Amino acid sequence: MTALIVPALIVATAIWCVYRKVDLFAAMSAGAAEGLEVVRRILPPLVVLLTAITMLRASGALDALAHLLSPVLTVIGIPPETAPLIFLRPFSGSGALAVGSELMKNFGPDSTLGRTAAVMLGSTETTFYVIGVYFGAQNIKKTRHAVPAALVADLTGFIMAALTVRIFFG
Amino acid sequence: MAYIWLLMSAAAVLFGAANGTLNAVSAAVTEGAGAAVTLCIGITGAVCLWSAVMEAMKQSGMLRTLTNLLRPLLLRIFPQSFLNSDCGDAISLNFTANLLGLGNAATPAGLRAATLMQRMHGGNAASNEMCRLIVLNTASVQLIPATVAAVRASLGSAAPFDIIPCVWITSLCSVAAGLLTAFALELFTR
Repeated sequence: MTALIVPALIVATAIWCVYRKVDLFAAMSAGAAEGLEVVRRILPPLVVLLTAITMLRASGALDALAHLLSPVLTVIGIPPETAPLIFLRPFSGSGALAVGSELMKNFGPDSTLGRTAAVMLGSTETTFYVIGVYFGAQNIKKTRHAVPAALVADLTGFIMAALTVRIFFG
Repeated sequence: MAYIWLLMSAAAVLFGAANGTLNAVSAAVTEGAGAAVTLCIGITGAVCLWSAVMEAMKQSGMLRTLTNLLRPLLLRIFPQSFLNSDCGDAISLNFTANLLGLGNAATPAGLRAATLMQRMHGGNAASNEMCRLIVLNTASVQLIPATVAAVRASLGSAAPFDIIPCVWITSLCSVAAGLLTAFALELFTR
């Protein structure tokens, strides 16, 4: 089923483009060029952050952190190894990508832990960055309940990521 | 960010010294930097392809059709803002662009919606609907987690997109929890 989603979406887009007489090839080439720009923007922060995270992993600090938080996190069903990802996610998008990819590499992309990290990355956002951009641009001083509501959404995302991966992939 | 990095690298060195793993920490410096480049090269193809498909969706009007389909749903979440049709359009475009992972289109639309909302509401406090807009934007409802799938593929995953059902369920739950919290807290904060 899931194997069908992406190819079907691509074909549907192509059919729609041809039907609407859009130059499919030109549009896709332009889009691909934009993708190259995205990767170029990701690379520098990723070099800096992945260095720090690999150092932390090598020093044993990440394992110690997981061990320390494991009583709290296991109660809500979250694998303790994902603790650094959970901490970084709301603050830094590239930081979360660095931690997440390090977890996937270390534990394997198709392991329960690797999948959990992937789902966490795919279904949450850089909350404080978004809030900063929106409220900064509007000069809003009283954020009222925006921060707690957004953080509840994040926490739900982390718990559900662990839960759904356990249900779908056992 | 500067503090986070300082904290991470200092913790690594201190831990390395205490644990006797300083040699490994020192080797990790170059290893981590190299891994970042390998990762970026590994995901470039998939990210470019996805961005290509998105551009085709945008140019062919698929994005606009999807935006119109989602309008009625968003009208229920933002009844006040939709009184201004420009604001309604901006909210709808912001949500659809987020759904498709079009960050470049989502943020300008979202900021335009926020500006119009704040103009209607006035003052320097976030309105109820502004808080709901924040939740929609921080809870990342994404149809295809393209970057994550690209990372998984570059690390040798057998089926990089097999996490899609998990991502959908997780996103829906988190955005629902965020919105419900926002609705509940509206009753208490003024």
